[in-house]
Amino acid sequence: MTRNKLLLALLPLALASLPALGKETAADNYRTYCVQCHGMDGNGKGVNIRDMSVQPRDHTDAKAMSARSDDTLFKVIKEGGASIDKSVLMPPWGDTLSDEEIKDMVKHLRMLCKCKFGS
Amino acid sequence: MRLNAFVLTAVILSSLAALPSAALASDGNAILEKDCASCHNLKGPAPQTLKELWARKGPDLFYAGNKYREEWIVSWLQKPQRIRPAGEFYGDHIKRGDKHDVVDEATLKDHVSLSKDDATAVAAALMQLKPKSDLTAREKIEPGTITEFMGGLVFDKALGCMACHRDQPDEGGLSGPELYTASKRLQPEYIASYIRNPQAWDPKIWMPNKHVSDQNILKLVYFFNLLGEKQNDAK
Repeated sequence: MTRNKLLLALLPLALASLPALGKETAADNYRTYCVQCHGMDGNGKGVNIRDMSVQPRDHTDAKAMSARSDDTLFKVIKEGGASIDKSVLMPPWGDTLSDEEIKDMVKHLRMLCKCKFGS
Repeated sequence: MRLNAFVLTAVILSSLAALPSAALASDGNAILEKDCASCHNLKGPAPQTLKELWARKGPDLFYAGNKYREEWIVSWLQKPQRIRPAGEFYGDHIKRGDKHDVVDEATLKDHVSLSKDDATAVAAALMQLKPKSDLTAREKIEPGTITEFMGGLVFDKALGCMACHRDQPDEGGLSGPELYTASKRLQPEYIASYIRNPQAWDPKIWMPNKHVSDQNILKLVYFFNLLGEKQNDAK
């Protein structure tokens, strides 16, 4: 019993020493996956946009962003632009980000636009 | 007795024949360890976190034998030309521009060039690194071709690859490697496998899995072959 208690007490220590394979922050994910098209400032002016036939969404545009529900934002991040009848240039990130990370990303987008759905 | 002498001669001759490539790989390994390991991951695994991904200065080479064409490595190392227009990690090599973010050229460094002998030795050593043969073995590349128009449709309109990749020297995105020399650089099975599941090769990479169909993967491989041939014609 004492031994079990000891193992239980050591568990947090063991977990802490595991490689950090888990969740990344939304800001770090945004910098890695979104900035290339949506830009360093989230204004849709990324390094890739010059030759794009459809320009990326400006995430600081409160009017446009408040027209999208959180569920729609979640869906378009996970499944890509085609899933909501938008451009294929917006790819699906469902194999890169976990659902939890995508939910955090939706919150991050709300922070960038300083807006809520319908506001 | 005569048979023994024959066997002995055959063994000696075959050992001598095997010497050059083994010696090359050995020399190449020494160069890799001494000059390449500070920027390239030679042992794996690929980055498991974004911080590790951002710290990467050049492509991982621990599966180079599954990825590259040996003759291309020999040639490129003697006369390196930039493949990733925005370097690696791209986020560290961009800045705000007048109309949109631009590549910050001042932060990019040229790759060192090697002598022909060293390039040959390094290529031989790199081709020994094949820990991901299970992935490439799953790809069956049927011979085929595609027109430039149809290839462009798949690359651009259907899959949106051009958002991040260039299919000619001044057309397309900048955060991914250019693809007009892809067929010269890369083994077709690697191209197919990487498109099928980028995260199987590089879990944190900024290339998404677009669940590309077998048919479209083949079309892209043929399109890259065509782009490579165009590069030959241009020379």
